[in-house]
Amino acid sequence: MHAFDYQAPTTVAEAIQLLAKHNGTARPLAGGTDLIDQMRVGRFAPEVVIDVKKLKELNVLSVDADGLHVGAAVPCYRIYSDETVNSQYTALADSCHIIGGIQIQSRASIGGNLCNSGPAADSTPSMIALGGVCVITGPDGTREVPVESFCTGPGKNVLKPGELLVEVRFPTRPANSGSHYRRMIPRNEMDIAVVGVGASVVLDASGQKFASARIALGAVAPTPLFAQAASALLAGQPVNDETLDKAATAAREIASPITDMRGTREYRIHVTGVLVKRVLQAAVARARGEDIGYCRGH
Amino acid sequence: MATADKPKYKVIGTRPVRHDGADKVTGRAKYGADIKLTGMLYGATLRSPHAHAKIKSIDTSKAEALAGVRAVVTSADLPEQGDRIVELGEGAANMRHLTANVLARGKVLYKGHAIAAVAADNIHIAEEAIKLIKVEYELLPPVLDVRKAMSAESPVLNDDIRTESVGSAPASKDSKPTNIAKHFLFEKGDIAAGFAKADVIVEREFDTSMVHQGYIEPHNATVFWNTDGKITVWLSTQGSFSVRQQTAELLKVAISNVKVVPTEIGGGFGGKISVYLPPVAAMLSKKSGRPVKLVMSRTSVFEATGPTPGSHMKVKLGATKDGKLVAGEAWIAFEAGAYTGSPIGPACMCVFACYDLPNGRVEGFDVCVNKPRTNAYRAPGSTHVAFATETLINEICEKIDIDPADFRIKNAAKEGVRRVDGPVYARVGMVETVEAIKNSEHYKAPLEGKHRGRGIASGFWFNCGLKSAASATVNPDGTVSLLEGSTDIGGSRTGIAMQLAEALGITAEEVTPTVGDTDSVGYCDVTGGSRVTFATGIAAIEAAKDIQRQLIARAAMIWDVDASKVSYSDGGLHGPAGKHLSFKEIAAKLHGTGGAVIGRGTSSEATQGGAFGTHCVDVEVDVDLGKVQILRYTAAQDCGTAIHPSYVEGQIQGGAVQGIGWALNEEYWYDEKGEMRNATYLDYRIPTCYDVPMIDTIIVEVPDPQHPYGVRGVGEVPICPPPAAIANAIYDAVGVRMHDLPMSPPKLLAEILKKES
Repeated sequence: MHAFDYQAPTTVAEAIQLLAKHNGTARPLAGGTDLIDQMRVGRFAPEVVIDVKKLKELNVLSVDADGLHVGAAVPCYRIYSDETVNSQYTALADSCHIIGGIQIQSRASIGGNLCNSGPAADSTPSMIALGGVCVITGPDGTREVPVESFCTGPGKNVLKPGELLVEVRFPTRPANSGSHYRRMIPRNEMDIAVVGVGASVVLDASGQKFASARIALGAVAPTPLFAQAASALLAGQPVNDETLDKAATAAREIASPITDMRGTREYRIHVTGVLVKRVLQAAVARARGEDIGYCRGH
Repeated sequence: MATADKPKYKVIGTRPVRHDGADKVTGRAKYGADIKLTGMLYGATLRSPHAHAKIKSIDTSKAEALAGVRAVVTSADLPEQGDRIVELGEGAANMRHLTANVLARGKVLYKGHAIAAVAADNIHIAEEAIKLIKVEYELLPPVLDVRKAMSAESPVLNDDIRTESVGSAPASKDSKPTNIAKHFLFEKGDIAAGFAKADVIVEREFDTSMVHQGYIEPHNATVFWNTDGKITVWLSTQGSFSVRQQTAELLKVAISNVKVVPTEIGGGFGGKISVYLPPVAAMLSKKSGRPVKLVMSRTSVFEATGPTPGSHMKVKLGATKDGKLVAGEAWIAFEAGAYTGSPIGPACMCVFACYDLPNGRVEGFDVCVNKPRTNAYRAPGSTHVAFATETLINEICEKIDIDPADFRIKNAAKEGVRRVDGPVYARVGMVETVEAIKNSEHYKAPLEGKHRGRGIASGFWFNCGLKSAASATVNPDGTVSLLEGSTDIGGSRTGIAMQLAEALGITAEEVTPTVGDTDSVGYCDVTGGSRVTFATGIAAIEAAKDIQRQLIARAAMIWDVDASKVSYSDGGLHGPAGKHLSFKEIAAKLHGTGGAVIGRGTSSEATQGGAFGTHCVDVEVDVDLGKVQILRYTAAQDCGTAIHPSYVEGQIQGGAVQGIGWALNEEYWYDEKGEMRNATYLDYRIPTCYDVPMIDTIIVEVPDPQHPYGVRGVGEVPICPPPAAIANAIYDAVGVRMHDLPMSPPKLLAEILKKES
């Protein structure tokens, strides 16, 4: 590995100043589970590594009138151990349980997962499904970007030099809502999503109709996708196989996967539909307060 | 489960704590990369980014000039080998190819092919320095498909390879260089007449992908070339003496100038026999005057060591409607990788080895392609062909409506049966392993549920004897220090110590086994061919007998009687008039009666009786995802006599799990340029503990008459049946026959969708 400097600022202002000063040659370090490996294999060779774990804004995990705030450096284990996340933002808890093993979950953050901007990131579809908004601070102040607009390509995102992802904010969950994330992997553990699907649904008071839904897809395009049409067509529809099949078909239409060592294009498109249906069924069950018999972490 | 009566043993068949257990579970055991020497330098290797290219020039000057760099080597620093074939214990090697594989000469033949190496003060400088080496390439088209490589139009990898004919294969008329390095042909009976008798004939084509052994510990070597010309090599290996010879031959020094010190080894499965790093580290040490350590990255292990070949096979079987096999024909092409040497020979011998086949014809080809030079992997070649034959057997059983276990029992190879390639079996246990599965609770249990299926398959491996040596010193406290030269991969030092203990009538704990270096112990061939517990066991038993003879002489002296009046049994000496000395008592008297007693034993070229296994598996298929879950797995195997049943079970379980990985997900995934795109454990998917259930084992014991205690090697057979057993179970579950390994979700889903439409 090449030689590099290490900085551990204690205020966001200081971190932004450092990032701006090094203009593209610095990389923030949260859990480091992606960055350190990328540096070891030579994919990135930053001159300065800026540890953001000492910034209190990036360690926030709280609920207020605006909803749920998850600091960009909060590790997965804190997220899935949180009562509110577990009961209301379950797709996010599902994702955090899937990412790595216990050691990785103790360090890895959803902020890092998002900023690494991998098409197959396991937490991004959940964040999109739950309506997450990225709070970004930089030399020109603070701006907000919906999670579905954050990634711009494999390993690329909207952050400009000097900008830092501070937190992801999720709106308050409505009544009769449920969410789920699931992925297809050839093994049952230690793997990367061939297709990942996150979905959040809101049912009407009867629990028999969709009021609204948000479906997000991973690993089927250069970036995680918000399946807008598939989500929109569910509103007002009865919860049944026919409706779910329509959503699955619409989701397949926006998938544009590649063929690689993880799966063929045809396979990924097919599986997108299969998982959309399965994930919606689980999200509906959760919205109804039913146990979906899902073993977390797989 | 014992299927034959056996004498009662005191030590054999028990489960003592392994002698290396404490070191291993506390993390104190020293593996190859743990070696640290005073003044040691760290090396890094420059590897080819191209699959096939001529090297036009190599400029190392900038690397040499970097501060902290102590030596740089290329193939120019290794001696020319010319056309030499050297016998290396478990097969011969073409030295010209071996040295070019260690450091490329003129051409790179696969991505990851080593070109140059650097030794520096630390690994970071070494890695920086290799980036400063400038190599000019002339790119050549990569040859990646075994059948295309065989065509006359294909680019040729090696200009010194011409087809060598083996068996009854006609000699090649074409003297032009070719990618077909070997052509095997074995024939038995009259296959036309055989197939004419068949009521049912099934013929299918099969493909399997290149797969890796997947050991956790990467290749490593630390070498010091002393000023007196003595070279010491520390590394983890399956064969210290093979490393000594390969290193000496590659450096053209006397073998007595090379000492190999084996460390503990984190898995080998056949892949840690060939030498990659020691000659390079040796030259770096010679040039720098310092010890040099080289350790491969995981990616280099995948790209540049010795996986097992991908294959293309066409196999045809014929049977009568009452369930008798009458003829079989196989055409098998293996990817040798960059240089000749795939296990195509064993594959040809194994393809019909489980059966009494009256008429057979087997043709095989060893074909060079731009992939790493393949090497042994657990029953090399046998898993490929078992996948083909064992799925065809089940297809025949379905067509003639006979239970696949009954069909196998009816046609099983047994004593006196001649294989297609010639040899006649001694007492073997194929029938017994199928019977064990047929009678198992698993096979009898009903399998319920949607998309669930059950499959069985059998497998064969020869097992070899080769050469082993051991010595054993009696300590004054009545214990024995055992020194042997077989590097221990699966608990063999304890298995060998137990045989010595049994022969001397002492306990396993009273023997302290040590795996010695090449200067301290007699010649031992590699830990491979499922030979160590068998052959090094015989050497240890011989050493025990030597100790017995010497102790008899001591007792005769103490008692002042003729040695013929003294005998050794039940852990002690018996003389006239009820005279008795226990082993412990005589051990205490050695100092006063002539000094140390050291027993010696060797074993040379004893033949093993071959081993068979039959497996049964239940699967559930997710028909929307094409994903297979293994629900239940039972493996029955003839182990002759299980010395330490826990290690026998461990070998069977480990082999089955590797076979499951090969069946479902493992593959070298190449792009069109010849780059392996999944050279990490993230994307090269060996099974995790969530992917396999507990593998139940049934130890069948049909003692091998060629070993004093009836041992048969157990390490290799269990990898052979799993892909076929799983393919048969998938068919039972969802009605599609898979002919292509791995049976990964995309491939299986495509077949399921094809059937549905």
